[in-house]
Amino acid sequence: MPEGKITLEDILKLLSKYEIKELEGVKIEGGDIEIEFEMGAYPNFQAIGMELGLAAYHLARVAMMLGFPVQQLFAQQQPAYPAQIPQVPTQLKEEEKIELIEKKFEPYRQEWSGYVEEVQLGATPKEGGTRKYTIKLGGEKSLPFYLFDAEQPHLPSISVDVFDRAVPLPKAIRTHYEDVMGHPDEWAKKVIKDFGADAVTIHLISTDPLLDDTPPHEAVKTVEEVLQAVKCPIIVGGSGNKEKDPVLLEKVAEVAEGERVLLASATLDTDWERVGRAAKEHGHCVLAWTQMDINSQRTLNRYLLKRIGLPRDSLVMDTTTAALGYGLDYAYTNMERARLAALKGDEDLAFPISSGTTNAWGAREAWMKESPLEGDYSWGMREHRGPLWEILTGLTLSLAGVDIFMMMHPVSVAVLKELIHTLGGKKKEVEYEDWITSEL
Amino acid sequence: MKVKSPLEIYKLLPGTNCGECGFDTCMSFAAHILDRSAKIEDCKPLIEQAKKNDKAAEKLKKLIEITAPEVDEVVIGKDLKIGGKEVLHRHELTFFNPTALFFDVCDTMDEKTIDERCSRVVEYKKFYVGKYLTLDGIAVRCTSNNPDQFAEVAKKVAGYGKPIILVSLNAECMEKALKAVGSDKPLIYAATPENWMDFLKLAKKYSVPVVVRSKDLNMLKSLAATFKAHKISVVLDPVTEPAGKGLQRTFERVIQIRRTAILGQDKDINCPIMVTPIAAWTVEGDDIGKMYWETVIAALFIVKYGDIMIIHSVEPHTIMPLVTLRENIYTDPRTPVQVEPGLKAINNPDKNSPVLITTNFALTYYTVESDLQSSGASGWLLVLDTEGLGVEVSVAGGQFAPEKVKQLMEETKIAEKVNHRYLVIPGLAARLQGALEDETGWKILVGPTDSGRLKAWLEQNWPPGSGVEVKQ
Repeated sequence: MPEGKITLEDILKLLSKYEIKELEGVKIEGGDIEIEFEMGAYPNFQAIGMELGLAAYHLARVAMMLGFPVQQLFAQQQPAYPAQIPQVPTQLKEEEKIELIEKKFEPYRQEWSGYVEEVQLGATPKEGGTRKYTIKLGGEKSLPFYLFDAEQPHLPSISVDVFDRAVPLPKAIRTHYEDVMGHPDEWAKKVIKDFGADAVTIHLISTDPLLDDTPPHEAVKTVEEVLQAVKCPIIVGGSGNKEKDPVLLEKVAEVAEGERVLLASATLDTDWERVGRAAKEHGHCVLAWTQMDINSQRTLNRYLLKRIGLPRDSLVMDTTTAALGYGLDYAYTNMERARLAALKGDEDLAFPISSGTTNAWGAREAWMKESPLEGDYSWGMREHRGPLWEILTGLTLSLAGVDIFMMMHPVSVAVLKELIHTLGGKKKEVEYEDWITSEL
Repeated sequence: MKVKSPLEIYKLLPGTNCGECGFDTCMSFAAHILDRSAKIEDCKPLIEQAKKNDKAAEKLKKLIEITAPEVDEVVIGKDLKIGGKEVLHRHELTFFNPTALFFDVCDTMDEKTIDERCSRVVEYKKFYVGKYLTLDGIAVRCTSNNPDQFAEVAKKVAGYGKPIILVSLNAECMEKALKAVGSDKPLIYAATPENWMDFLKLAKKYSVPVVVRSKDLNMLKSLAATFKAHKISVVLDPVTEPAGKGLQRTFERVIQIRRTAILGQDKDINCPIMVTPIAAWTVEGDDIGKMYWETVIAALFIVKYGDIMIIHSVEPHTIMPLVTLRENIYTDPRTPVQVEPGLKAINNPDKNSPVLITTNFALTYYTVESDLQSSGASGWLLVLDTEGLGVEVSVAGGQFAPEKVKQLMEETKIAEKVNHRYLVIPGLAARLQGALEDETGWKILVGPTDSGRLKAWLEQNWPPGSGVEVKQ
C-alpha cells in the first residue's frame, strides 16, 4: 500500500483478506440499504483527494458567523402573539371598499400525558465515580424543541466516536484524527478539547476475532486509560461480534464500576441478559439497540426492565439510524412514532434515544468524489457535501426526538450543536438585515 | 380532509358502479378519494350531471367541501402545487406536495449571472431511486427599486419556463412586473401590514396567488382572512429570522400555524407556509458559514412544515442534500417503493456472465443496479418480487423464498441465457443457500452484504473455481 494514501482498491484488497467474515460488525438493516457500523469499521470508503484542514477552517468560519449578541437591537421585539392588532391603513382608494378582517390567532394547545425517562450518564466523585460532570438525557414532556408546549430539561448531547485501534475512515474525517489514530486516550482528549464533544464513545473494535482478537481483559485497559484521559461521561461499544461483545461489556462494567458508563449495546440476537445484568450489578446504563422496528424495541426494553430488573433510569434506546438518502425516512418515522408513543403514555418506549449519526458517512454522496452516474448533475464539493450529509441526518433525527448523537466530523458536531442550542433557547438575538432588497 | 369514512363520500356519488373512474365500484372510488389516490373530477358522470341539474351540483359542491385538504392547496404557474397537507406526522397518512424549492436572482445582477443561476435551476437533476430529483422555480427579487428594470428581468426569467415568485414590497414595481409576466401566474411576494391593500387589488386583477407576511400571527391571520375573503390564494410567511433567538421564534411560529390549522381547525390560517432560508445570507459572516446555515434552515423546515422556500445557494453540494432530504420526508410511508420484478441485463452480459439476484424494493434494486453499472462489470440481475421488501426483511418474512426464486428463473429463462449454473445471492440471504441449491439445482454463491463491494467480490470469485463450468 502506498504510504499516506489509501485508495478504495487498497481497502478492498485489505478487507478481502477477511472475506465475508470481516462484515460481522456491518449490519444491513430495515430497507436493506443502510450499513450500521456498530463496530466502527468503515470498510469501503474511497479516501482520496480531500484537502487537509479545509474542514477545520470551515469550522472556524461557521463558528464565527453564528451567535453575535446584539440584544439592544431587539429590545423592542414584539412578543410572538401580541394581543393588539397593529394599525393598518383602511382608507379607501377608488370605489371598492376593502377592510382588514381583524382576527386573533389562538394557538392550539397540545398536552401530553407521558414523559421521557431521565437517564444520567457519568458519575461524579460524590456519586461514586470520577467524572467531572455528568450528562442527563431525556426528561421531555413534549416534542423536541417545542419549548412553547413544555420546558425541555435537557437538550440533546453529542458524543464523538473514538476507536481503540487504527480504522479506515473517509478522508474527510480521517484528516482530523490522523495524529491520534491508535491512541484512544489522546483521541478522546482531542474530541473533548478541540471539537466540543459532550462525551466520547470508545469502540473496542480490536476485540474483533478477525482484527486483533484482543481478549476482553486486555481491551478494557483502554477504557481505563480513556477514563483517566478525559473527565466526561463515556459510552463503550464492542466490535459487533455477537458472541464476544456481551463478555467484553461485562468486563467493561466491572472495571468501570461506579462511572455510569453507557454499555453499547444489548440486542435481541445477542446475550442481552448478560449485558443487562452487568449494568445492573455495577451501576451502568444499557443501550438497547433494535433494527428499525418499534415492536422489537418494546420487547427488548421490556426484557431488560422486567426480566433483568434494570432500573428505568438506566436505559437508552437506539432505534437505528439510517443515512440521508438511504432509509432516513424509515429511521425518522420510526423514532418519531416511538417518541409520540412515549408522550402518549407508552412506558415501554419512554426512554431517551441515541443515534449513530456517523452512519451518514455510509452514503456514497457523503464521500464519493463525483457521481458514478452519467445523468447526474455534478455533486459539488465533497468537503462540504460530507459534513452536510452528517448534519442533515442528525438534524432530521433531532426533530424526531434524539437525545444523544454519536458523530465524527468536527464541522458536523459544531453545526448541529449550534442548531440544538438555537432551537433549545440558549442563543441570544442575532443581527440580520432584510433579504428582500439586499444584493447579498 | 373532513371526512373520516368512505361511506360519507359514497353517499354523494352516483352509486352506479359505472367504472369510468378506473375503479370497480363507487365504494372503492370513495376509499381512494379518502386516501387521496383518486380525485373527485375522475367521476365523470357526476361532473356532467352537475352541469345540468342543481341537485347534482349541490352534491358535487358538498363533496369538494368535505374532501378538501386540511391545508389549502395553492397552484403556482401552470401546475406547481404547494400545501394540501392533511397531517402533522408523515406516518399518519403521508405528506403531499413536496416543499417547493425556489432559488433567487435579483434585477441588479448582470445578465450572465442571471443566466447561470436560472440555467442551474432548470438543468439540475440528481438520480434517486429510479427517477431524477429536480428543482422547482426561480424567485426574482427587485433590488433596483425600478419598476421597468424589475419587469424586464422578470420577463427574462419567465423565459426559462419555471414557475416564478416575484419579490418586491413596492406595489408599483409589482404591478409593472405583473403586466409583463402576470399571465404565467407567478406567486407574488409579499403583502404586508403596510402595502396589503394595493397587493390585494393586484392579486385580484391578475388572479395570482399572494404571500402575506408578518411576524405577528394576529396580523398574519387577519391578512390571510382578508385575502381569502376576496377568493385569493394565500401563502403565509411568518418571517424567517435566520439565527439565534429569532430562529427559535420562527420555529415556534411555523409549528403553531400548522398545528393550529390541522388540530385547531383554524380555517383562516390553514394555508401553505413559506420559509426563506435566504435570510441566512444577511447575518454577518463569510460565505461558507452562510451557505452551511442556509442549508440547515432549509432542512429544518423541509422536515417541519415548510411548503415553499426561497434559497440563495445554487451550489450542488447544498442542493443535493436538500433534495434528498425532501424526497425522504415526502416519500409515501404507506407503500414500500417497488420496481418491476424480472431480469435486467447490466453492461451487455453474455453466456459467461454471472447471474445475481436481488429484491424489488426500489432502494435495494437501484443501489445494486447502479453499483453494477458503475463498476463496469456485466451480469444478469434477477429481480425477485419480495413485495417491495428489502433482503433481510424478506428473507425473514418468507417473501424471499426458494420456490419463488425458482419460478422467477423459469419465467425469465435465465438457464438459456448462460452457460453455467451459478447464482450469486446477497450476503444477507446466506442462510437460504442450502434451500436454494435444493430447489433450483444451481450452485449458490453467497455474495457480499453490500453491493458496493460487488466489484471486488466478482474479481475474487468470478469465474468460480478453475473456470466457468459449462453444462451444455
